[in-house]
Amino acid sequence: MILKEDKLSKLLQKYPQERRHTLAVFQDIQHECGFLPKEHIIEAARYLKTPLAQAYAMVTFYRSFSLLPRGKYVIKVCDGTACHIKNVQGRLDCLKRVLGLDPGETDKDGLFTVETVSCLGACAISPVMQINEEYYGNLTEEKIYEILADLYRKEMRKL
Amino acid sequence: MKKTILVCCGPGCIAYGGLDVAASFREKIASLNVNATVETVIKQSGCHGFCSRGPLVRIMPDDISYYRVKPKDTEEILHSLDKDPVERLLFHNVGGGSVKSQRETPFYASQMKLALRNVGEIDPGSISDYKARGGYEALRKALTMEPEDIIAEIEKSGLRGRGGAGFPTGLKWRIAAGYDNFPKYVIMNGDEGDPGAFMDRALMEGDPHGILEGIIICALAIGATEGYLYIRDEYTLSLESMKEALADAEKGGFLGESILGSGRSLRLNVVRGGGAFVCGESSAMIESIEGSVGEPRAILAYPTEQGLWDKPTVINNVETFINVPLIIRDGSAKFAATGTKTSKGTKVFSLAGKVRNSGLVEAPMGMTMRKIIFDIGGGVVGNRKFKAVQTGGPSGGALPESLLDLPIDFDTLVRYGSMMGSGGMIVMDDWTCMVAVAKYNIEFLAKESCGACVPCREGLRALSILLTRICDGEGEVRDLEIIRSICELLRQTSRCGLGKTAANPVLSTLKYFPEEYEEHIREKHCRAGVCGMGRNTEVKDDVDLADIAAMARAARKATFGETREKGPDGSVGGKKENGTHNNKSTNSTGAES
Ligand SMILES: Cc1cc2nc3c(=O)[nH]c(=O)nc-3n(C[C@H](O)[C@H](O)[C@H](O)COP(=O)(O)O)c2cc1C
Ligand code: SF4
Ligand code: SF4
Ligand code: FES
Ligand code: FES
Repeated sequence: MILKEDKLSKLLQKYPQERRHTLAVFQDIQHECGFLPKEHIIEAARYLKTPLAQAYAMVTFYRSFSLLPRGKYVIKVCDGTACHIKNVQGRLDCLKRVLGLDPGETDKDGLFTVETVSCLGACAISPVMQINEEYYGNLTEEKIYEILADLYRKEMRKL
Repeated sequence: MKKTILVCCGPGCIAYGGLDVAASFREKIASLNVNATVETVIKQSGCHGFCSRGPLVRIMPDDISYYRVKPKDTEEILHSLDKDPVERLLFHNVGGGSVKSQRETPFYASQMKLALRNVGEIDPGSISDYKARGGYEALRKALTMEPEDIIAEIEKSGLRGRGGAGFPTGLKWRIAAGYDNFPKYVIMNGDEGDPGAFMDRALMEGDPHGILEGIIICALAIGATEGYLYIRDEYTLSLESMKEALADAEKGGFLGESILGSGRSLRLNVVRGGGAFVCGESSAMIESIEGSVGEPRAILAYPTEQGLWDKPTVINNVETFINVPLIIRDGSAKFAATGTKTSKGTKVFSLAGKVRNSGLVEAPMGMTMRKIIFDIGGGVVGNRKFKAVQTGGPSGGALPESLLDLPIDFDTLVRYGSMMGSGGMIVMDDWTCMVAVAKYNIEFLAKESCGACVPCREGLRALSILLTRICDGEGEVRDLEIIRSICELLRQTSRCGLGKTAANPVLSTLKYFPEEYEEHIREKHCRAGVCGMGRNTEVKDDVDLADIAAMARAARKATFGETREKGPDGSVGGKKENGTHNNKSTNSTGAES
């Protein structure tokens, strides 16, 4: 999703035109759009008086940014140590079977994105995944099916 | 009669439905008017610690704790407030019998809560809750003290940085205070990048004012007038909690222009981290706040001399700051009475992995790992055998059973090739392959290496290739020598702590579990059954599925049945029946359990 011009400038104008706000501005754009559209990076760099190369260096350095559009539901599967030793691969295989997605991929309808992350900070209930803002702990294969089934049902009702 | 119902709304309990439980309490109180004689207050608190039994509910002042509470239980709890507790929701001892208070459970009994003093006890969004427990008294006291005396008090307490390195906090403040170069800055390190660590978020979400009070006192001591709270962007709750606390503290006069009328000012800003592990390192964090990529600086001067915008800067960890008000308020002697000779006070550990009771544990420095894992943690889950505990995050080490009686503090574990680090403790059982664990940690560090210096960038890549070969059954004996020499290179020549300590997970597993490397290389055998070796492998899991399996199967059929044709590769929902022990490498469908 690309922001309308006035919405983008409103977002930018919350910040003084200084390079140190690059990270914050990009985070805001990503929160709004789900990823960082090229047009917005260029516009933001201009506004923040930051060389474009520097802006792209930021975008590619910080792991939370995505240059590609992501799905409506971003599924972050934790692969931190506590989760990893409880067979995260099994859960990823399970998502792959249902959604056909490997980590880093988005389906062509733009509904789901699967990602792995390094720790969601809820290790006591590992294995954990997060879908948008919601956490799901003690994941089993069955639980993943249930969760996905719920989301599919929710989407189908809207049709 | 007045009762407070504290509903845990930490991340673990929220995932288990804690917010629904809190909502249900509110709704029931409003609609039922259940108990006219009892005035009841519902509070959403931070993490109570025992996350694996969430959602937790605690009734005060009776100190009754309930575990695994569901919304359907709330009515019964409300009706019981002036009667006997609800037996089935209490903690039940293994040998039978139930207990009311947390303190009587093995999980809490030997803990000591200093840093966590308010976490789970108050509504973190309420500054008056904080003040009611002595909050901001230390700040008032600090305002009557000379900066020099504040620093002396922190020095005498023996407080050392909780972020991992254990640098003496008082000394750090003294160095920064010594420069006449203004403005000076104070930074809170809330990046919490170690996988398996979640104590800092529990503090930020459970007692934000406790941290702020520590930061303000630090600013007074070193003469800082501006500061930054660097918090991971993924920690949405922590960000909200700290921002709200900032606003309330400012309203209360504890922050901003002329703190409590003293004429001293401090402005604090929140900066959201970008999900780069290396930004937890002080100089990388400074780069990040300045608006650059977070590459650690080649050390010419420490941040205490030339930090943010080249001004004197103190960076401390969240947990370090939250200890400060205690020391100022109650005196350094009291703080120093707990702990070991060189490590004073307590440490918060996050206990996770294959351990029965996982959650947050605060223990005096010097407690043995055995006590934490077996007495508090209840031992290994699922009757498996303990194999190792990884302490100190990805760049810590894995320690075997024979070392469990070591006291845990800043210095002891380092001598054995690991470290206490920020307090992550991940328990591993005999279904864990130690070579695969080393490989996993190295892959994590290689991914997170900023790439600025060659030994770390290339060394970690080489290590990860070598370890992958060994795990795939293609390793050779001489690989071990190459691995050792890369480890030495990393340690000696890397620019920052990430590269310098990156060898720990490899060297410690080589030292304590050499037989596993040998078996992988010589016999092409993985005793834990984790590594593929090009053969069929069992992937095991300890989660019991029986109860929800049937329901899930039905749901799956109902929904994915119709979408099967549309399925991306036609392999939708093909799970092998019956198995906790399925097959991973022979076909893509046979995952675990
Ligand atoms: C790669 C790397 C990552 C680090 N990550 C963190 C972190 O997430 N949180 C933290 O408090 N300290 C982290 N540190 C330690 C900090 O560099 C620094 O020592 C600490 O914040 C200082 O505060 P303290 O003295 O209160 O511990 C990290 C260090 C390195 C080398
Ligand atoms: S990445 Fe480094 S070498 Fe390549 S163009 Fe940029 S500065 Fe030059
Ligand atoms: S040791 Fe690694 S993370 Fe640290 S500066 Fe060098 S390349 Fe970057
Ligand atoms: S390791 Fe998965 S939540 Fe921390
Ligand atoms: S989140 Fe509730 S006990 Fe930890």
